[in-house]
Order: sequence, then C-alpha cells, then structure tokens
Amino acid sequence: MSKKTKVKNSQKNRLSAEQKLAHLGKMLTAQIEKKNNPFFEVAIRALSNVTFNKEKSLIELGSEKQKRYFFNVGMAKKFMQTLLVGEACLMLQKEKKTTSLRDLYYIIKHTLGDSDENTVDEQEESDECIEDLEVGLDELRENLNLFASNRGSMVGEITIEDAGDTIDLRRLGTGGWSIPSIVESSLIKFKKVSAKYILMVEKDAIWRRLNEDKYWRQHKCILMHGQGMAPRGVRRLLYRLANELRLPVYILTDNDPWGFYIYSVIKQGSINLAYESMRMAVTHARFLGLSSHDPGKFKLSSNVMIKLNQQDISRAKQILQYPWFQKKKWQEELRVMLKNNVKLELEALSSKGISFIGEDYIPKKIRDKEWLE
Amino acid sequence: MGKTLKTKKAESKKSAKAARKSAENGKPAKIKESVPKEVRQEKPPEAIAEKLAKQQREISVSEFFAKNRHLLGFDNPTRALLTSVKEAVDNALDACEEAGILPEVKVHIKELSESRYYVTVEDNGPGVVKEQVPRVFGKLLYGSKFHRLKMNRGQQGIGISAVCLYSQLTTGKSFKVTSKTEGAKKAYFFEIMIDTGRNEPIVSKQDSIEWDKKSGVKVEFEVEGRYLKGEKGVDEYLRIVSLANPHVAVHYITPAKEKFHYTRLLKEMPVVPKEIKPHPYGVELGNLGKIIKESPARNIKGVLMHEFSRVSEKVASEVLATAGVDSRIKPGKIEFINIEKIFNAFHKVKIMAPPTNCITPIGEEKLVKAMENFAKGEYITAKTRQPAVYRGNPFIIEAAVNYMIPDYPQDEQIKVYRLANRVPLLYQPGACAITKAIQDVDWRGYGVSQSKDQIPYGPMAVIVHIASVWVPFTSEAKEAIAHYSEIIKEIKLALQECGRQLSIFINKKRRLMYQQQRRSIFQRYIPEVARALSVLAKTKKEPIEKKLFSMSKSVTEFEEKQEKEQQTQIEQKKVEKAEKEGENE
Repeated sequence: MSKKTKVKNSQKNRLSAEQKLAHLGKMLTAQIEKKNNPFFEVAIRALSNVTFNKEKSLIELGSEKQKRYFFNVGMAKKFMQTLLVGEACLMLQKEKKTTSLRDLYYIIKHTLGDSDENTVDEQEESDECIEDLEVGLDELRENLNLFASNRGSMVGEITIEDAGDTIDLRRLGTGGWSIPSIVESSLIKFKKVSAKYILMVEKDAIWRRLNEDKYWRQHKCILMHGQGMAPRGVRRLLYRLANELRLPVYILTDNDPWGFYIYSVIKQGSINLAYESMRMAVTHARFLGLSSHDPGKFKLSSNVMIKLNQQDISRAKQILQYPWFQKKKWQEELRVMLKNNVKLELEALSSKGISFIGEDYIPKKIRDKEWLE
Repeated sequence: MGKTLKTKKAESKKSAKAARKSAENGKPAKIKESVPKEVRQEKPPEAIAEKLAKQQREISVSEFFAKNRHLLGFDNPTRALLTSVKEAVDNALDACEEAGILPEVKVHIKELSESRYYVTVEDNGPGVVKEQVPRVFGKLLYGSKFHRLKMNRGQQGIGISAVCLYSQLTTGKSFKVTSKTEGAKKAYFFEIMIDTGRNEPIVSKQDSIEWDKKSGVKVEFEVEGRYLKGEKGVDEYLRIVSLANPHVAVHYITPAKEKFHYTRLLKEMPVVPKEIKPHPYGVELGNLGKIIKESPARNIKGVLMHEFSRVSEKVASEVLATAGVDSRIKPGKIEFINIEKIFNAFHKVKIMAPPTNCITPIGEEKLVKAMENFAKGEYITAKTRQPAVYRGNPFIIEAAVNYMIPDYPQDEQIKVYRLANRVPLLYQPGACAITKAIQDVDWRGYGVSQSKDQIPYGPMAVIVHIASVWVPFTSEAKEAIAHYSEIIKEIKLALQECGRQLSIFINKKRRLMYQQQRRSIFQRYIPEVARALSVLAKTKKEPIEKKLFSMSKSVTEFEEKQEKEQQTQIEQKKVEKAEKEGENE
C-alpha cells in the first residue's frame, strides 16, 4: 500500500459510512467528468492476497488491489451491481434502518430496460458486492446496516442485554438464544457472568445433547454452536465474549478436514473475510476434538468410522499446505487422518453411551489439557 | 476411325447382364439377337472355342451404348431427362461460342405424361450445314471435338447423338432437327433415327422450311424421364449454367409451365480457346501409334515435330536417340516395338510444359459478379489460379466463395457448385476430385465450421471450376473429375486463397459484432450506474448519463488500446522469458 492511500484510509476512518458512500460517488463522477474510464479499487480476496501473521496468529489481507472499471466487458456488471448496493446502503443510512442480505438483494433486483437481463440474478451476487463494498470503503457490513439471518444458538451461565431486553441464558429451555448477525456492543451487552469457559460445538445436534444434559450448569460454562461453519455474528460474539470476559474457548468439531477448518476460521480468520480477522479471530481458542488419535485413546469401534471420500482427501491435502496449519501437531493430525483414510463424526462418541460426550469425553480432555492450538 | 469397337468375349459378357436387363424394357428385337449367349456346358475346349468363334463378331458402338446407357448418364429417369437437356444445351453453347455469337438458348420441356417429355432446345448459333446434320445428330462418336485438344464443353462427340439414341430406344420416335446457316434463305428440317447395328443415321423425313431466324439450330425430341425439382434437376442445372456463363441468356419453360429468364450479365464473349496439339507427356501408347500412323509427315522425326506440342527438332532428335529409333523411319511402316520405345523415351527427356493460352477461365471479376447475381452473400471472393499441367494437359482452376447467404441453412453443409469447362456437374459429388479437395482444406482455420475431413457447414456456397483442353472425368457420363494429385492440389490452393480472404472478412465482422455487443452491454447498464451515482454524489443524473453514453461510443477504441497494451505486455514477458531461458542454457 502506498503512503498516499494510507493517509486516505486514515482519513476515511474518521468518516461515517454515509460520508464514505458519498465520497465514492463523488470520486466516480469526477472521473467521468474528466472522461476517464471510472473505477474503484477493491482488495483481492483470494489465497494469493492473504498472509498469515505468525506473531499475531492472524490471517491478514494483503495489499493487492484490483481496479474495477465500468468500461470493461468483464467488470461492467459487477461495477453496476456494486453501485446499486451502495445506493441501497445510503438509503438505509439516511432512513436509519437495518435490513437483511436477502432484503437488499430484492431491493436492487430488477430488469434492465427492455432487455431480459436482471441487475442481479442470485443473492450470492449482491452478497459479493457487499463484501467488495466493505473492503472498498473500509466499513463493516454491520455499519452499513446490513445483517444476515440468525444462525447458531447459545445457552449458559450468563445474562445478557439484547436491544434493551435482559435475557438470562440459563432459562431458555431447549432452544437457547438465537445468535443474531449483528452483535456489536451497542446492541448486545454482557451483564452477570458466572461462566468459567466457553464451549463451542460444530453441530446443533451435539449442542442439544449437552443442553439437555445441562452440561453448562454442571461445568459452569457458555455453550454455543454455529451450525457448521460459524457465521460472522457467532464469530464476532465469540470474540467479544472471549476477550471482554477473558474466558478460555474450547472448540469441538468432527474429525475431518472441514471440521478442522471450522476451528481454524474461528482461531485465525478466513481467506474471504481476512479484512475482519482482527475483530473476529479468537487467537487463544483451543481445539478439543475430535482428534485423529481419539479412536485409539477412547477405544472407539472401527464401525463408527467413515471412509474419506475424494473431496475429503483433496481438501485435507490443501489444508496441509496452508501456512496456518504448519504446526507439527496439526500436520500430524492431518497425516494420521489421511493415513488411516477415515473420518469421524462427533456423534460417533454416542456409541460409548448417549451422554458419554458430556460425562466423560469433554471433562477428561479439559482436565488432561489434551487440546491443540 | 472410332466407328466401331472390337469387343472380345470378356466385354460381351460384361454387357450381357445389362443387355438382359434392358431387353426387359422393350428394346428393339435386333439388339437382343446380337447378345452373345453365355455357354457354360462342360465340353471339350476345342468345341467351345469353335462355338465361341461363331459368336465373336464386331458389334457397333450404338449397340454397345444401347446396353450401357448408364455410362452416358441415362441410368434413371430423372437423370436421363437432365442428361438429354444438358447435352443439347452444351452443344448449343459450344457452337455459339465457336462462331463468336453471344449465346441465347431457349429450353422448353413439355410434359406428355408423368414419364414422358417433349424437349425443345433452340440456339442462335451458326447452324449446321445440311449435309452434316444427319451424321452430327444420328451417328455416335462423330464430331469435331474428340480429335483435337481444345477447351470445349463436349469432348467425345457422343453427347447429342446419345440423346437421339436414347429417345429412339425409349419412345420409338425420331429426333427432329431444324437448322439454318447464316445467309441461307430457308432452314432445313430433318427427322432422324439411328441404325443401331451400323451406327449410321437414317433420315426418315427431310424438308426445307421457313424459319424466322438469322441462324441457329433447334432440336426436338421425346424421351422417357421424370421431372424433379431440386438439386439434381433441370431447373438447378440451368440456374448454374447461367452462373457459370454470365455471357449466356437462357429462357426456360418448365413442364409445370413456369418461365425462367436468366438474362445476360456480361456482353463480353469469353476469349475463344485455342486448339493445341497433344503434349508428349500426356499421350497414351495406343494413341501414339495412331497419331504416328495417320500423320502425313515423311519420317518419324517429322511426326514428332508436327503432331506434338513443345517438340522442337532438338527435342525430337533427343527422344529418338534415347529410344534408339532411326529418325528416318516412315510413319506408315513403323513397328510396334519402336512405338513403345518412343513412348518410353518421352518420359526420359525433359520437354517444356504445354502452352497454356489454350484455356480461358471465367475470371475472378466475372465469377464474383455472377455469384453476386446468383445469391447475394455478405462476402464474395474468387481466385483464378495460374495454369498448371496434369499428364501433359494444361488446366486452370478457379474457385469462388460466397459467404453468409441469407436463407441458406446455418447447420447444413455448404453448397458446392462443381463446374468443368463451364458445365455444371450435378451427380456423383462423392467421386469427384473437387469434393475431395474441399474436404482436405482446413476451413476452421478461416472461421468456417467443419468436422474433420468433411464438407464445411454454414450458409455458404463454393464454386470450383476446372478449365482444361481435356477434363479427366471418371466416366463418359461426365459427372465427376478424376483424382489427379496435380488437380486436387491446385483446387486446394485456389480454395485456400479464397479462404484467407474470407477469414479476413470474418475476423473483421466478428470484431465488429463483439464491439457492438459490448457497447450494448455498457449502454444497458449506464442508466443504472448514472442513477446510483447521482444518489451517492447528490448530483443530477442526466449529465452523468449523457457523459457515459458519449464515452461508450468511443470506449471500444479505448478498450482495444488497452487490449493491445496487454498483448504487448504479454508478448514482452514472453520475450523476456525466452531470453532468460536462453541465458540459462
């Protein structure tokens, strides 16, 4: 990044989202005024443009940028779509409303003139433009008044305030508190906390098992799940809980490359959202299981193991190459998995008894400090 | 000479089958009698030989062709009708051109029944002198064309008399000829039949009549046939005749009483081709003997010098020295062994290629003009090659490509028009050297779709014309050109030159279309972009929109510049890389 843009960025930081959007508009109209092909810059969000900061244990976005021109056949549509998203965001700012990603997609979707082409066809297209706008403006989605649908649940030894309502997370029955996509401190506040750690599980099913057994009450913890790959709301909340309350975080996922990567994203961020790593990555999160060594340690029957498929194998090999998976223990985990050619679901532990996971597995792992970092 | 063919048992056998077949069609009894019967009984060899000897005798050409009508293009009713018209029209055009008259041909086909037609073909040529009429039309292998090497439509002198014979065989009617020569007060009218046994004309009626015409020939005949529309019918044939002969006017009334008038596109006569003598490289052994024996020259050296092209005294001496034949031998007394020696010596001596001024191509400009008139495609190009030689016969290849013809189907094979000495070839495309050459050309390289080694696809037409003093047809029906490598090579070269021109056009068109396309993409998005920007920047929408629209018009140029820059960058990188690799080595 050149000095000039750095200065510009720091100036930008002092501006509101609304001002930044107006700034983008003025910059582009000025270009058009000069009869230049209008463009804005977007950081490239790909493996080639992320670096792993070993010191901070974070995936960081590099400085490579792509100029997005309007008068370029390959870029014109994206350019137009991004401006439509910007226009809609400005409207939200002015009216001080928030809206879902789905809503935004419908706001900007319409047919172009008398053609049969639509401004956007799939929600993914508008979602991508939002991410572009986030990095382009250096402004988070949340600040653009956009939210994703709720995903993930939480229960446990904590009382929070959600938009002014006080919620005791110990009294939420079987469903728990649904984690919203915007969890900034202006909306969500932490009140009374008696939890000693946070247990984050990959799957809803395991979360239910542990909630039914009231694991969190017995072990004084907060129990969360992110329904697979944790969404931004869950990651941000986890970050706030872990850092503001200084609680240890334990993660439980399936024993397969995808499960490992879920942990990795929580711990050091993702490639696509590398620009948000610093405010989402829970660098001290610990991986509790399932480890590739667990079947031996817990004497699991080979019946519960599933053969790796081709996608699993190629994903495992890919992950082996990532700079943030270079720790000896992680390399070993993946190698053992590939060598045995099997994966293991969390539910496999139920073969040792339905509550084996909460009564034996987790407590033993934490007691013995048998985790990976 | 050439009046009869001596055939031995083998050939009779071959024709026996065909004869039996055609005998069923009600052929004159006389022919049936002449069919030698096959003998298969087990008898002492002498007895069979004696019996065979009794049956072995001369058969007439007329009889031979009566049994082998497929060789002349009368094998099915549709084709028979086409061949009849074709031979008459070819004759008419040749006659006119030789006399330096711009041809105007009238063709009228009347339907008598579904399988019978009355054909009239009239020209404005010089006419045929009275004494010659019966033999020209009623005697096979009689004519001026076989004995000389000159670019003509007809070659063998079989054509029109074969029509006469076919008419007679299928309908029993006589062949009517009206002829008037310039300056004559009256025209002569003949009704002719052929004595198939002797290959001699029989004049059944002769008259002197009034004909309101300066000169010309009109032939009328009745044939068994079938009239079909489409690619192999008379309609298409005459349409292509007018394409290949822009100096000809054709008036045509179909059996359905439709009238077609193909007007004269050019008032310029094609240069009358010159006659040449055979070139030593092209002559066959048997023919060589005949030429030598019939030559009026006093000795063999004189024969070589006078009867062949490109044989100077020096060459003649060299040939005879190589052959080891005495140059003073009298042509009438030469032995066969010496003829063979001379024949072999021809190919050992370097002889200059034959003169090529004896062929007149249609010409690139005229081809393009005729094509334009025929079907207006988006791009037409033509190429006339320099003369080349196969087996001592000079020839010229011409090709034209007509691209993006409206109404032509996108997903079918292109239309191929094959011409030999300006005559359209409609049958046997698969056996023809032209088809082979078209398949051999890689059309994809020029932007035309094609499966490997196939005729290309698309709304396109290709004309290939071979002009030669002797076009090598695969059979007497004159529908397919033999696969001489020299000819195929020349056709390919002509097509490739057309293809290169075409590809320039196609690329330009693609570029324009692409530019148009992307311009329209931008223009579709501009209103959206302008509105969004006006909201974001809090300004008016219209000025932004106007600016963007004006930019979109020039932007394609701008983009091309960018693309070029990228290209040069890539190329530079390549060069750098290559240089680096060079250093490493």
